[in-house]
Amino acid sequence: MSADQIESRVIAVLVDNEPGVLARVIGLFTGRGYNIDSLTVTEVDAGQNLSRITIVTSGTPQVLEQIKAQLFRLVPIHAVGDLTTGGDLVERELALVKVVAKGEQRVEALRIADIFKARVVDAGHNHFVFELTGKPKKLNSFIELMQPLGLKDVSRTGVVAIARGPEALGL
Amino acid sequence: MSGEMTGAETLIKALIDQGVDTVFGYPGGAVLPIYDALFQQNSLRHILVRHEQAAVHAAEGYARSTGKVGVVLVTSGPGATNAVTGLTDALMDSIPLVCLTGQVPTHLIGNDAFQEADTTGITRPCTKHNYLVTSADDMSRVVHEAFYVARSGRPGPVVIDVPKDTQQNKTSVYAKAKEVEARRISYRPQVKPEHAKIEQAVELLSKAKRPIIYAGGGVINSGPVAAQLLTQFARMSGIPVTNTLMGLGAFPATDNHFVGMLGMHGTYEANLAMYNCDVMLNIGARFDDRITGRLDEFSPNSTKIHIDIDASSINKTVMVDLPIIADAGHALEDLTRIWTARHTELDKAGMEKWWGQINEWRGKDCLKFEQPSKGEIKPQHAIKTFYEMVASRDKVIVSTEVGQHQMWAAQYIKFDKPNHWLTSGGLGTMGYGLPAAIGAQVAHPDALVVDVAGEASILMNIQEMATAAQYKLPVKIFIINNQWMGMVRQWQELLHGSRYSESYSESLPDFVKLAEAFGATGIRVTDVSELEEGLTKMIETPGPVIFDCCVTKDENCFPMIPSGAAHYDMILTKEDKVANPVSQEGMVLV
Repeated sequence: MSADQIESRVIAVLVDNEPGVLARVIGLFTGRGYNIDSLTVTEVDAGQNLSRITIVTSGTPQVLEQIKAQLFRLVPIHAVGDLTTGGDLVERELALVKVVAKGEQRVEALRIADIFKARVVDAGHNHFVFELTGKPKKLNSFIELMQPLGLKDVSRTGVVAIARGPEALGL
Repeated sequence: MSGEMTGAETLIKALIDQGVDTVFGYPGGAVLPIYDALFQQNSLRHILVRHEQAAVHAAEGYARSTGKVGVVLVTSGPGATNAVTGLTDALMDSIPLVCLTGQVPTHLIGNDAFQEADTTGITRPCTKHNYLVTSADDMSRVVHEAFYVARSGRPGPVVIDVPKDTQQNKTSVYAKAKEVEARRISYRPQVKPEHAKIEQAVELLSKAKRPIIYAGGGVINSGPVAAQLLTQFARMSGIPVTNTLMGLGAFPATDNHFVGMLGMHGTYEANLAMYNCDVMLNIGARFDDRITGRLDEFSPNSTKIHIDIDASSINKTVMVDLPIIADAGHALEDLTRIWTARHTELDKAGMEKWWGQINEWRGKDCLKFEQPSKGEIKPQHAIKTFYEMVASRDKVIVSTEVGQHQMWAAQYIKFDKPNHWLTSGGLGTMGYGLPAAIGAQVAHPDALVVDVAGEASILMNIQEMATAAQYKLPVKIFIINNQWMGMVRQWQELLHGSRYSESYSESLPDFVKLAEAFGATGIRVTDVSELEEGLTKMIETPGPVIFDCCVTKDENCFPMIPSGAAHYDMILTKEDKVANPVSQEGMVLV
């Protein structure tokens, strides 16, 4: 048990949906040298004008505590939740993966997509666009397997996460 | 709501409703409607500075000496960018400010218009929060929110960027301050401590044999009551107190429980007490690197209690045993109450031994210096003599620039009350002292306000002499003139083989003539026999005065803990060598 051990955390943040709020959060991370492994944001409550940011970050336990405290003192922030230490969580990411292939490789790509339960959302004689959701690890393995089969382009959303159970974040 | 007002008029009304009486500023194209609205009212006083950086420092001086929110008004583009140093200074030292910046009209934002700068973008990392007002209807709400944010929790600077069209457009919307505050959901800082934690703190302290209180600017920001409570608690419990640079005045320096300032240029007794204590109570200080020195050797055997209003200051650099999130005043109130209710008394024998040890360290007399009766003036002697001459006066406010003179002022001037000491601690901004003194003098017309300065620092905002002259502000500029950027020179001597790279103050102006050019009084003293007379003249002459006090050129500021060294590695005199060559790790530290 070392205090310097690097851990990964999923942090959920509820913020006022106002101009500059994302810049504030990102500026905090770059200005203080914290890591951002993934970041997603969109409005989740139009009535209260709230957006939810999901950040996957890594650092020593001391730095991770700092990150949460630093986030919470930003004025437009309503709630900061540590989903990793707060109990069980569900995390999902969506990827769109373009593969360009012919013949046997094309068939193989489709076969793997089937195993991963990826959907074909666009297809031509020479290409597919697959849509895949799951944990980041699953997306990584899919993309890796597509590499030799003609992987051309990848777009990923980054992780969104929510705590299991009846509790809501913050407020 | 009766009738319509322009955005600018709404802004002025909101400032007045916030209790603002003074605004420090400089006009320009993008704030003309606000200046026009200012012209047509008599409730707000505007102080015209000569550079926007100085407007912010003046507002800081006003805020620090009154405990109120300081207000700044500058134009777009260069007005705003010039304010950035002051804003960063206020952020580092937790000073409540609201800075209004003009902006090009909303339809031109992003067009690289004349005097356009991305002010909210530029000031985002150097403010506590900032706003861009996009409609005159939002004006009153934003102003009231800004004041709430600036003074709540850990105070800090807030920028309101106001495009010119929102100043000119009419609105019938006026939100009252109370309504705006009541509507807030986010940013509700915790000010009251958890009861159980204060009980734990009393428990820990009650068993201490070598306790110390390490108090910082948080006690001053909490208000004068917090300083009174701290004084009462220390006297009641018998625990020694050390203050940070920001905390000077939070505890009476003339009280016997005071062991002096701690840190890089702190006293021998304060630093050794920190190193050797068994229970440390940190109230409103943040374990700054100037305080801790080498982290792995910082007070290694103590149980640490940390009271801070800002959760992010806790466990940032030093891991503590008992974190308490609270305002210093509230925490001290509860601490005193529980301490008294439990009839807590510290172990008599233990405390006697501890004070014995502290008095032994005091015996080292680490601030001693030798002043021959004739010839050159030692800088320490100049400042100490000044203090002795004004010690009995009722209201003396001291500001400083940054460098050796600042540390000597911190060491030799004894502050017994909060809000009388204005210095740039976190950012270390040369050029801070004169505008800060101006701001304090505006707030306290009858006080003796003295800027203890260096000859290099003072030149960074010397243009503010014109401001002092215009408003007949009798600020006294006490220049400790050693013709060097003294602290740079000292580090070069001690850490860089006496290679004095660019640290000599070449081509200095004649400060006496300079004072006269600004319509002020200039005095020069070069011999110790004339010092008291010079100081008397400085204090007694009406109006602004520059006192050019020429001192020994190569004096070093001691004690000093070299960068990256531990509290016990203090250099006390010129004869002390820097213990072991400073490590590579230490050399990269500033």
